[in-house]
Amino acid sequence: MNSHIQIRSEHFLEIISSLIQPAIAQNSNTWDLLRRLILLEDYNTRVVLLGTAMLGCAAGVVGVFTLLRKRALMGDAISHATLPGITLSFLLASVWGWNEKSLPLLLLGATITGLLGVIAILAIRNLTKLKEDTALGVILSVFFGAGISLLGVIQQMPRGHAAGLESFIFGKTASMVANDAIFIAAASFLSLSFCILFFKELRLLCFDEGFTGSRGYPVLTLDLLLMTAVVIISIVGLQAVGLIMIVALLVTPAASARFWTDSLGSMTCISACIGTVSGITGSAISAIYPKLPSGAMIVLACAACFATSLATGTRRGLVIRTVRRRRMNQSVEKQHFLRTMFELSEPRNGSTPNSEVSINQLTTARSWTERTLQSNIRRATKNEWVTRIGQRIKLTKKGRIEAERLTREHRLWELFLIHHADVALSRVDREADHIEHVLEPEIVAELESLLSEDQRTLPESPHDLAHHNLASELTDRFDRHGDSSQISDQEEPV
Amino acid sequence: MSNIMIGNQQETFGKIDGHSPLAVQDLTVAYRRKPVLWDVGFNIPAGSLVGIVGPNGAGKSTLLKAVMGIAPIASGKVQIFGKPYKKMRHRVGYVPQKESVDWDFPVTALDVVTMGLYNQIGWCKPVRNQHRTQALQAMESVGIAELASRQISELSGGQQQRTFLARALVQNADLYLMDEPFAAVDAATENAIIQMLRKMKEDGRTSLVIHHDLQTVPTYFDHVILLNMRVVADGPVQDVFNEDNLQKTYGGRLTLLDEVSEAMRRRERSL
Repeated sequence: MNSHIQIRSEHFLEIISSLIQPAIAQNSNTWDLLRRLILLEDYNTRVVLLGTAMLGCAAGVVGVFTLLRKRALMGDAISHATLPGITLSFLLASVWGWNEKSLPLLLLGATITGLLGVIAILAIRNLTKLKEDTALGVILSVFFGAGISLLGVIQQMPRGHAAGLESFIFGKTASMVANDAIFIAAASFLSLSFCILFFKELRLLCFDEGFTGSRGYPVLTLDLLLMTAVVIISIVGLQAVGLIMIVALLVTPAASARFWTDSLGSMTCISACIGTVSGITGSAISAIYPKLPSGAMIVLACAACFATSLATGTRRGLVIRTVRRRRMNQSVEKQHFLRTMFELSEPRNGSTPNSEVSINQLTTARSWTERTLQSNIRRATKNEWVTRIGQRIKLTKKGRIEAERLTREHRLWELFLIHHADVALSRVDREADHIEHVLEPEIVAELESLLSEDQRTLPESPHDLAHHNLASELTDRFDRHGDSSQISDQEEPV
Repeated sequence: MSNIMIGNQQETFGKIDGHSPLAVQDLTVAYRRKPVLWDVGFNIPAGSLVGIVGPNGAGKSTLLKAVMGIAPIASGKVQIFGKPYKKMRHRVGYVPQKESVDWDFPVTALDVVTMGLYNQIGWCKPVRNQHRTQALQAMESVGIAELASRQISELSGGQQQRTFLARALVQNADLYLMDEPFAAVDAATENAIIQMLRKMKEDGRTSLVIHHDLQTVPTYFDHVILLNMRVVADGPVQDVFNEDNLQKTYGGRLTLLDEVSEAMRRRERSL
């Protein structure tokens, strides 16, 4: 049993070492190869890297628009639909005695079936009641299945040499010659130019199809041109990335770029950069370790960029969102705390102002847990809003001003709801809490003018403060916290 | 415009009025085989503020789209100032439903407003500073100039609606088609929009507005079109906006046309 495992692990190691064995192991070491790669000494390496870089760049740019047009998976269906074209043209060429490895011929076949796939998807979507995702699923698998069957037929043929065809499925830059790479670069440049030239029109199309049509733009033609760009990328990407993985090059850079920016221009640039870097990295690794397919390496490089963007992206990354949410929660807590302090120390019914508030009073007022209350007090003390004397808390002058401002905003909103939105009085406080946390200064100004309130005066709370402390508050609290975290997901900190 | 009743449509449908900002005649629109609009016809008087009301699925949005040639017209005729829409596109401003776009799209409010100028700018040419200035002026007029550089998802619902209005305003059109501009906006925005519409009316511009709040129809509009697949009634608000017509528009009673379309739907299902 033990020896069995050992044999298997040895076998495994053997595979790994053979995988990472450098290309020309005998007369040059890895470092030498890396040096040659970085200095671009080989003409062929140079051209292949240029080709994949151009492909990555164009795929990144085209991908932005397909992603925003919500057609990201179309690229996947197109690339899978190219396989029967490749195998068919290989078959026909060998039957008719032509050069069956001729790249233009194979790619011509790929283009024809790829376009047939698009037409079939559009036909299913427009002529039946099936949705686009269903059409995509059907076409993708049927065309790919047909291609795989034909591949089997080729392998059965006496004089067929199907060996090169697998590189179209998984991608292999090693099989690329300089001419192929130049062709890839040229075709990619074509799709790239289309997107740059029609940037304005594509932005309009992706954002608002109805408006685009109403302004007289040919929506269908623009869509078809965009799809043609996707077809071109998929076809020329077959050799470098392979038909299974090319969709990753179309989707991942664009999706990663969205984490960094809110502007379409920057998103396009970032996506182009990610695509370029992934293309170069992937094909470089594959050049050093020829047994690692370049397609897989390019996709893994894309995935690394995506993971980094997902976590650290400056606009929508997980880190920044967590920070924003924390900030929002803290600001909500701060507002609740200061308002409660203010309300408890406010002079009421002719009594003298209660400058100090006991911790017990605070606990009953808002059903805070001991921990939340203590951390609220700590934070407020740090900001010099309150001072603590034993079990009693007192608002400082600075804290009183801040608390008064918050309470004023809150009550203005309550009044607004009562006067203008026919909200039942019992529900006012809860609704006010929701909106107050995202209240913008201009809305406050608007409320003030609507209610013709003097800046300085603080309107009285429209509902009984004692009632405020009752059980309804307890049940509301859970909802409020659930909702405020939702708000922090969508809104920027004010 | 006369009070048009079902049943005697053929007699009361006048000829197309060549001077009307928008004249529609016998317009029928069908998605697949399901009719959405059936023999719709009306003329809008120049410089008026016209509301379209009708239940959900009455074909209100489709009517606007058909006017602009972006819904499949089965038959009928649409004329803008006496000419086909294609020739009069520059005189028509369109405000689509706010929900029809993805507000998470990576553009700023200013970018969206500038889209109204793309026709003027021309194919493949970049947006220049003069266009941005023009867009900013339109934003100023709806009170959102200070939000120009905001990403559109950071705008409130009312601000998003104002952005769409600014995009239509920047075109400086003579006829405005608006799809539910008052839906889900705050009171201040609603007020600002109605002020804007009245200002446009004073300037002699015409607006056709899909509206959902029946209560405000008499105060907001001069004319009203009651639509439910066909025009139930159209004319000055004081003449046609009454209980009887509303009952016909919203009421549950099956009319002959409803039965026809139901029969067609049944037939389609069985095919």
